[in-house]
Parts: sequence; C-alpha cells; structure tokens
Amino acid sequence: MRKLVFALLLLIAAAAPAFAVDPGEKLADPALEARARAISQELRCLVCQNQSIDDSNADLARDLRRIVRERLTAGDTDAQVVDFIVARYGEFVLLRPRLEAATWLLWFGPALVLLIGGLAVFVLFRRNGAGAPAALDPAESARLTRILGETERPGSER
Amino acid sequence: MIDELGHFALVLAFGVSLVQMIVPMIGAHRRDAGLMAVARPAAIAQLALIATAFAVLVYAFVTSDFSLVLVAENSHTTKPLIYKIAGVWGNHEGSMVLWVLILSLYGALVALFGDNLPDGLRARVLAVQASIAVAFLAFILFTSNPFLRLDPAPFEGKGLNPLLQDPGLAFHPPFLYAGYVGLSMAFSFAIAALLEGRVDAGWARWVRPWTLLAWLALTIGIAMGSWWSYYTLGWGGYWFWDPVENASLMPWIVATALLHSAIVAEKRGALKSWTILLAIFAFSLSLVGTFLVRSGVLNSVHAFANDPSRGLVILCIVFFFVGGALALYGWRAPLLKAEGLFAPISREGALVLNNLLLSAAAFAVFIGTLYPLFLDAVGGPKITVGPPFFNLTFGPIMLPLLCLVPLGPFLAWKRADLFPALQRLYGAAAAAIVAALIVLAVKTHGPWLAALGMALAMWLVAGAFVELATRIGLFTNPVAVSLRRAARLPRAQWGMVLAHGGLGIVVAGIVGMTAWRQELVTALKPGESAELAGYTLTLEKVGMREGPNYEALVGVVHVSRDGRDLGYMLPEKRNFPVERQEKTEAAIRTNGVSDLYIVIGEDNGQGAFTIRAYENSFAPWIWAGAIIMAFGGIVSLTDRRYRVGAPVRARARLASAPAE
Repeated sequence: MRKLVFALLLLIAAAAPAFAVDPGEKLADPALEARARAISQELRCLVCQNQSIDDSNADLARDLRRIVRERLTAGDTDAQVVDFIVARYGEFVLLRPRLEAATWLLWFGPALVLLIGGLAVFVLFRRNGAGAPAALDPAESARLTRILGETERPGSER
Repeated sequence: MIDELGHFALVLAFGVSLVQMIVPMIGAHRRDAGLMAVARPAAIAQLALIATAFAVLVYAFVTSDFSLVLVAENSHTTKPLIYKIAGVWGNHEGSMVLWVLILSLYGALVALFGDNLPDGLRARVLAVQASIAVAFLAFILFTSNPFLRLDPAPFEGKGLNPLLQDPGLAFHPPFLYAGYVGLSMAFSFAIAALLEGRVDAGWARWVRPWTLLAWLALTIGIAMGSWWSYYTLGWGGYWFWDPVENASLMPWIVATALLHSAIVAEKRGALKSWTILLAIFAFSLSLVGTFLVRSGVLNSVHAFANDPSRGLVILCIVFFFVGGALALYGWRAPLLKAEGLFAPISREGALVLNNLLLSAAAFAVFIGTLYPLFLDAVGGPKITVGPPFFNLTFGPIMLPLLCLVPLGPFLAWKRADLFPALQRLYGAAAAAIVAALIVLAVKTHGPWLAALGMALAMWLVAGAFVELATRIGLFTNPVAVSLRRAARLPRAQWGMVLAHGGLGIVVAGIVGMTAWRQELVTALKPGESAELAGYTLTLEKVGMREGPNYEALVGVVHVSRDGRDLGYMLPEKRNFPVERQEKTEAAIRTNGVSDLYIVIGEDNGQGAFTIRAYENSFAPWIWAGAIIMAFGGIVSLTDRRYRVGAPVRARARLASAPAE
C-alpha cells in the first residue's frame, strides 16, 4: 500500500523551482509559526530529492506544511505533530532518523570510528612511544642520539 | 563520418590502455627497460586519442549534429554556444568521456614530466593509471556509448535542463572531475609503491603535488557547486548534505588528510603505510562518488534495480579497485619499514590527530550517505538521513579539529612542548576574544553561540597570521628584514598560511549564515513596499523579457536603506519552453559582508507577486574563504621543491651543456 502511495506521489510531483512557504500559509502567531518552521525543516518532502518541506515548492510539501500548521493550531505539541505525520507517511519522512536498533550503527558509527582510531593511536604510542628506550637496540639508540643531537628549531621546515 | 572517427579513437584508446596496463607492468617486474619504455608513448597516445574523441563530441554539440542520440537528447539549436559546449558533460555519457579525458591527461603529465622518477616506479604508476582507464573506457564503450547514431536524425534536439544552463554549473564538473580523477594519481603511486615494497621521501615528494592539485581542483569544484545552489535554488541554501554533494565532500576530506599525512611521510619518514592507505581511500571514495552519481542509485533504489546494467558495472569497477588495492595493502604494507619515531606531543602527533578527526568526519559523511541504501538493500526500513544528522555528527568531530588548526604549525617535529606553542598564540586568542565581544555587542539578534563561532573563525585567521608573523619575525625584526624573510619563505609555507586563514573565513561565513540570516516572505502588488533588515524593498513593476531560449518574468525592485537610494534589483523567473521547465534567477546585491537576495514568485491571482527576500549575513565569505584556500593550494604548488617538471630538467641540461 505504501508503495502505491509513493508511486502516486511521484506521479503528481512537479519539477518546480524550489522555494518554500507561501505568504498565505503563514500563521498569525509568530511563536507558533516559528515552531512550524522548525518542524518543517526536519521533515522530508517525499517527492523531492532530499529537500525538506520547508524548502520545497512541490504540492505535497505544501500540503504537509498545511497539516503541520493545522495540528499546531489545534494545540498539538511538536512531538505529536511529527508523530501524526510519521503515522501517515512512515519514518522515511524524518530527516533526522530515529534512534532505534536499525539505526544504532548509523548514529554511533562515527563516534565508534573515532574511539577505535583514538585507541589505536594510543596503543601505538604506548608501544613504540618515546618513553620506551629499552626497546631500542644499540644501533637504533645510536641513531636516536644522533637525531636528538640535531638542532631543534621549532617549526623548522626542512 | 567524423562521429565514427571519434568512436574509433575511443576504441583505439581502449586498446592502447590495455597495452599500457600490461606491458610496462611486466617490464617493471622483469626489470626490462624496453618493455617499461612502452609506458610513456602509450600514455601520450592514450591522451591524444581520448582528446580526439572528446573534440569530436564537442564538435557534434556545437554544430547540433542531431544524428547522435546524445546530442539530440541533450542539446538544442537555440542554446547559447557556451551551453552547447557545457552540454557535452551535462549528461551521463559525455561526462564519463570527460572523466577518462582527465584521467589520461594526468597519466600523460607523468609521462611527460616524470624524468626524475625511477624507471620502475614510473612504469608501474602508468600501468596502474592505465588499468583505471581500461575499466572506464570499457564502461563507456559497452554501456554508455556517446557515439550512438539516430536514424532518421530529428530536426531539433530536446534541450538541456535549464538548471544546468548556468555559468557556475557549466564549469563545475570539469573542476570536480579534475579533483576526483586527480586522486587517481595518488592511488596509482600508492599501488606502485606497494608493488615495489618501498616508500621513501622521494615517493612522498612526488605524491604531494598531485594530491595538492587534485585537492585544489576539488576545492574549487565544490565551492562552485555550492555557489551555484546558493544563487539558483531560490533561497540561498549553499549546502544541503545531498548525497551528490557528499560524494564530492568525502574525497575532499580524505584528500585533506592525505595532504597532511604526506607531509609527515616526506619530512619525517613516519606514517608511510598510513599515507598509502589514505591514498587508496581517497581515490576509492572518488570511485564511490562516481558510482553514487552515475548509477542512478540515488534517485531511487528501484530505478537502479530496473536498469542495473550501468550501476552494476561501476559497482564491479569499485569493488575491483578498492578490494584489490586493500588486499594488496594487507599483503605488502607490513614490508614498509616504519621510521621516524615521535612523541605524542609533536608536529607529527598533531598531524596524526588531524588525520584521526578528518577520517572520522569522512566516515560520518560516508555512513550518513550510504546507510539508507544499505538498510534498503538488506530489507530494513526506509529511512532518510538529512541535514540534522550531519550537523549532529560531522559538526562535533570537526569542531575540535578547527580549534587545533592554529596550534599544529607551532609544534616542533619529533618532540614539542605544548606551553611555548600556546604562548605564541596569545595574540590570536586575544583577537578571538575581542571578536566574540564585538559580536555580542553589535548583534542583538541571533543565538549567543554565534559569538563563539565567530571567535573560532577569528582564532583560525589570527592563528594563520601569527604563524606567518613568527616565521618572518614581524615584530622582532626591522620591517625590511621581515619583508626579505617573507620573500624567502618557502611557497608551501605561504600556501599553508593562506589555506588555514581561508578556512577561518569559510567558518565565519557559515556561522554568519546560520545565525543571522533574515527572511521576508510576502506578496506585493506593484507599487507596494516591505522592510527587511533595515532595507526598504519596493516592487515598482513587473514585466516580461525575452531571453535567447527562455521567457522571463522580471520584477523591478527598488532598494533603499535609511532614505539612501541603493538602486534596482531585478529578480527573474525564467520559463524555458523547449524543456518545459522553470528556473528562478535570484537578484543578489552584495556589500562584501552580507548579501541582499531577492526572488520573485507566482502571481497570486489578485495582482500581487510572491516576493522572498533574504539578508544573508556573511554569505560571500563562504566562497571568498574557499577561493583563498584554493589559492593557498596554488601557491603551495609553485614551491620549487615540488616543481618536479620541466624547469628543473632545463636547468640540469644547462648545467651539463658547457662540458660538451
């Protein structure tokens, strides 16, 4: 069913230049309008390529903006508005994917890479760091003394 | 007839690349100078043949030869000449020909200027380079042939997407490809080094200029693309974290890391094996980017599944080169001897941290771009990964890196003391604090975090300046001495100062745009006015204008500020009848610090037109900074230590001439 809806949406998609909110759509209450804009920036225009409904001029985006504003005027919280739309269009509509089992790798992946990389660097430093002269054989020690004997100009290029 | 000539040249180029791939490799293995010598003429012949095919394609577009399917599908007789030429690479087939053209250009440059390379290394580099050409020429010839004929030839072509008919976008792909494909040089050198089992300072010295060239082309290409979306897409957005943008950002980040690690490899002999791995990754990400953009997998996974031939071939190419390179790396990298011990707090240590953070940032972009495809492929839920994700992951990783940029150059090689280095940066820190205070005093709206952002930008710019000042002894020596030292400073040093300072300006632009841009969305009848950020905008009238291949609705907007007349701005909405598409042309007025940006929209049926106006604070700085960074790359490239080309050779010949 969702596939069918998606196909229909693709059919009605118009190749329109992108720009958002029409003057007529704006809510009178600036605080409410600001909330509507913030929510709109987190929702994807389903028929566009990677645009939020706030940026898109497609009919569907306009309808979604209207729904967001209707729900807000009806007194929904931000979370309720988002849930309302997710219930109808699926999580595909969220530009910020929810944290759940399927997205753990996504959300924690970068931090994990940083952590593993940091650990690797730490271990390497510990293993052959400058603080372990005992690990050097005599030839290496001689070389090290020679290197350290060079004049150390901070930031010298060559 | 001439089209068949182009086709023939492309087929011949494929044959030549096959020879160039196999013969020199065998020659290098057997140390047979005769076989190795095949590489150079082959690389030059390959360039000549591909250039011929490309020239034929350009000729077909310029003369509107609609007997070629490609021209009929993507061009039109009324199109201005520049867009007929740009139309060559404004489509899948043509852009792939441009891709291999640039690839062969790099190969030919090594062949022409590679005199000071060891014969074996040069032969291997050219052979690896040719293997990439073989893969992509086969891809073009078998799945994306640009020379297919159409019979009968139509009377008129279908035109080019109006969004692409734009000077910014017309020259965006060549720069981007020069960057993408330029990383193939680093890749070929890495593979050749692994095959030889040897990496020395000379190797790193050779890789650096190529990476630098690719990096600066990529910087210009990305900046151009972002500038284009800024003025075309209708509201001043300059970066959308769109997969296509990410595809170019990932190689850029890794190339940046590679530039830094290659310094360590060249000067200290350390991080060799890591540098090789980065070189492999940088080009692999270029290939992944090519796959993402060219396979159609992004538009919809289903479209890809319906016509997978092209995508699958590119995917196979990606797997072959990435998998092959990594396997070779796993096998041969242990042979590379690590040298150049260093303490954690040292210039090397700082560059390791730089690489660590850049790699993690590249990974954040990578996983955010590919995760939806991955989930879909394994039958998981359909999700979208949009800007909020990247802001939450990429941002926090880049932040500490930006804070550390000014510190790195002050640390000594091998072993450094943190405190003296920090001490030299007192001036920069003071400048940053002053910048934050000024922001807090002047800007009454916007988040207070913006003050910290601007302080960071100032820290980067001032840090770069302090670095320069210290190098030339600006405040400790007489000015004349300083100037002399400035003139003698290695160009690479100037390049670094410019690149780091330019980065600070980009940061200022991004912070300003994020924190202070103001928006006005309203409907105006001719004669009515509205206010935005102190400007008074009056829509005086609306008219129609005929362009070469479009009709435009033009709004005449009078701009004034505090009673001062600032002239007119003319936003347009263009209608392209051939392509049946519309395109907005924003009117942009800049004062160097902020842009006034006006877009005109539809008639609302009651005689009023939608007017969207933005005051984009610091927007021009984003591209000014990027240009400064790229300029830093150019300056660095002219450093005589990297001028590995003709001048050195000429001098060597002159030196030896008197003996005769």
